[in-house]
Amino acid sequence: MEHIDFSLVDWSRAQFALTAMYHWLFVPLTLGLSFIVAFMETLYVRTGNPEWKRITKFWMTIFGINFAIGVATGIILEFEFGTNWSNYSWFVGDIFGAPLAIEGIMAFFLESTFIAVMFFGWNKVSKKFHLLSTWLVAFGSNLSALWILVANAWMQNPVGMKFNPDTARNEMVNFWEVLFSPVAINKFLHTISSGYVLASVFVIGVSAWYLLKNREHLFAKRSIIVAAVFGLVTSLFVVLTGDGSARNMAQHQPMKFAAMENLYVGQQNAPLVAIGILKENVKEAAHKKQDFRFMIEIPNMLSYMAFLDPNAYVPGIQDLVHGNPEHQILSYKEKSEKGKIAITSLAEYKNAKKTGNDSLANAALVKFEENYKYFGYGYYEGRELHELVPSVPTTFYSFRVMVGLGFHFMLLFFVVLVLTLKDKIAKNKWVLYTALWSIPLAYIASELGWVVAEVGRQPWVIQDILPTIAAVSQLQPTSVQITFWMFFLIFTALLIAEIKIMTKQIKKGPGEDAPSNESASANN
Amino acid sequence: MFEAFSYITLQHYWWIIVSLLGAILVFLMFVQGGQTLIYTIGKTNDERTILINLLGRKWEFTFTTLVTFGGAFFASFPLFYSTSFGGAYWVWIVILFAFIIQAVSYEYRSKAGNFLGKRTYEVFLLLNGILAPVLIGTAVATFFTGSQFSVNFMNITRLTGDKMPVISEWMGPAHGLEAALSLHNLTLGLAVLFLSRVLALLYFMNRIKHAEMMERVKKQLLINAIPFVFFFLTFVIWTLLSSGFAVNPETKEVFVEPYKYLHNLLQMPVVAVMFVLGVALVLIGIIRPLTCFEKCSTKGIWGAGIGTVLTVLALFLLAGFNNTAYYPSTFDLQSSLTIQNSSSSQYTLTAMSYVSLLVPFVIAYIWIAWRAIDNKKIDMEELDNETHVY
Repeated sequence: MEHIDFSLVDWSRAQFALTAMYHWLFVPLTLGLSFIVAFMETLYVRTGNPEWKRITKFWMTIFGINFAIGVATGIILEFEFGTNWSNYSWFVGDIFGAPLAIEGIMAFFLESTFIAVMFFGWNKVSKKFHLLSTWLVAFGSNLSALWILVANAWMQNPVGMKFNPDTARNEMVNFWEVLFSPVAINKFLHTISSGYVLASVFVIGVSAWYLLKNREHLFAKRSIIVAAVFGLVTSLFVVLTGDGSARNMAQHQPMKFAAMENLYVGQQNAPLVAIGILKENVKEAAHKKQDFRFMIEIPNMLSYMAFLDPNAYVPGIQDLVHGNPEHQILSYKEKSEKGKIAITSLAEYKNAKKTGNDSLANAALVKFEENYKYFGYGYYEGRELHELVPSVPTTFYSFRVMVGLGFHFMLLFFVVLVLTLKDKIAKNKWVLYTALWSIPLAYIASELGWVVAEVGRQPWVIQDILPTIAAVSQLQPTSVQITFWMFFLIFTALLIAEIKIMTKQIKKGPGEDAPSNESASANN
Repeated sequence: MFEAFSYITLQHYWWIIVSLLGAILVFLMFVQGGQTLIYTIGKTNDERTILINLLGRKWEFTFTTLVTFGGAFFASFPLFYSTSFGGAYWVWIVILFAFIIQAVSYEYRSKAGNFLGKRTYEVFLLLNGILAPVLIGTAVATFFTGSQFSVNFMNITRLTGDKMPVISEWMGPAHGLEAALSLHNLTLGLAVLFLSRVLALLYFMNRIKHAEMMERVKKQLLINAIPFVFFFLTFVIWTLLSSGFAVNPETKEVFVEPYKYLHNLLQMPVVAVMFVLGVALVLIGIIRPLTCFEKCSTKGIWGAGIGTVLTVLALFLLAGFNNTAYYPSTFDLQSSLTIQNSSSSQYTLTAMSYVSLLVPFVIAYIWIAWRAIDNKKIDMEELDNETHVY
């Protein structure tokens, strides 16, 4: 394995993580705020009340500031698959490229066309056309999320494809299987609804700040009502789809599931550790059942969560690494041997084809196909198999903080909604402060969701088929190092600019909707 | 419907779509060209504000077209995506970087608390305006001049030795930047840069109501048209007289053929007509506003715009059709990419072809939305009444 340049692999991973996490700082607000703004404008068009227009325009300005940096950080992600993961791009490009292209054709143009109408059309197009444009922006941005999440879900659960040994790549055989795989549907719904929750927390937090400053009472209360209702409804979706995602994970990515639960020894009637503190520096083999410094558990819950059966067996990290014949689990050693057979048979097949020896080629192909399931493990043959275990503390804690915060937001939505409807919100200072300080928490929860999903699946770029070490582009590690810092610096500078502009804009407030506009539009 | 198409037909169909997107992208780079002219045409703050707002309402189309071009190329010819992006790393990274800094500049430039200052965002727009056309131009020129790389599917089975299991390996010394140092490639890069400036000037004529600025625009048109014509003709003649990369349709063997691109032009009369018509339209689009400014100045962008799309489309077809390797490797000829050996599977191309049927609808709604908000020329009065100003 001396031929693997780990410095290159790690810097490439770091760069992808950096750019993806930066991008994700802006996407959820775009996803959710676009709908919130559309609701507000609908209320304006329905009631004709200019206060709703003022509210709509303020949040639209915030949307614009956030959208620009979302676009800036987004472009690199699409091209990074080519620049830094070139092997991946060929190995699965036949399947993975399609959603990216569809995203561009279907979603990005919709977004960018109607966003221009949304911002510049107030005095130029009819109220209804403007409203339609705002809805199309919301629809477009969420549609783009659909396609990229379908692509991501496919990496975690590759379906609808077949390996073609002649082209040495996977080829799509069923588009609908890729689009409608349960993993894709859950992932899409879970991710967009979490974006709606974040946007709702954001709107409520900013509105709470106005109330704390004793400004803009009507504006703030109306914004809170729209956001709290939206947040409360979508929180339920987050819970439902989160539950579905956990079940998908248990089936398709048992190692990620075990790592997320710090479950080293598999068991039946597995309890769910609701809150726990891990023991540090324990060697994997030395772990025992329920190895925590401190924990609160819910009996049978993990088995139920994973398989809808409180008695079900949930495999642990040790079972997955060392195998468990009783539960028909192959060890990583066996899998890596089979993977190696797959890889070497592919080479044999290719050589036999070249020399025209068809019978040898066919024999190699049979061997290859029998073992293809474990193809990616082959790259680890003879290596420390613990490289195939993701970071347990990272996934364990990320998951719990994310879920805990999710319930906190739900409670927050409920409390602020009730208080606002009773017109008591302005007096409850501590609720307002909680709402304000929940804004950064929403971002933390949202990022941690991706940490669970992406750290948990390491080292797989395509589950079981392609690990990171076989997916990267052949580059000098220093090249990737330089670009890593380039992106770090520019994205950080832009993030600071974004936050400063946004806080300025919020401090300035919704202001008066300049009467000159109204008269100008009347004159037109 | 598309199921009835043969694999090779689908590959040609997708090469046309990718080429069309590339051609539209080059036309839409008038936004980039305009960004390099902000200080030349806009002498006062108000004038610059007009220009930036004018371009600011269009930049996203260029950006989105680039992203869609990339996505479509990935979906239809993934081997190009993996070989070129992963190999010519630096040239693509610099292009991407130029677009990253553009994406925030319009929105943040005039906003309070923008951290980097108004000037920085204007410099970002200038950098994007220069780097994007020049580097995209040089990258496209490598379709004719070749790059140094090798592709070997067997590499993925490397489990030992001293080399990574990577299929595409780049041999170019500067990971792509070497393309920008070749004079032949650079002539196309500079032609695209000056073309984008010419298109921007024609667009300004079409959209701005401002007498003094129009005088400057008129003067600049000739100043930019001359280098454009010079660099463009240099590239075209140089390319038509050079050897090209042909593919034997039977054996799939790639070989160097003298005057290959000239042969392609002569052997594909439709492409030749498209090319000549495109070039003529661009020239007419430039010359008419110069000779009859009063009447013709608003129409130049249409002639030159359509001409640009036709010309670039013809160039892409010259590179990919008629048994030609569109992404040649000068390091190992047989690693060269053709539309056959680098494409997606027939199934994927078929599925994607259905998606391509959406393109006319996309163009239709873009048209409707543009018309709705671009119903009159822009001036300071318009901006004073606007609530969203860059």
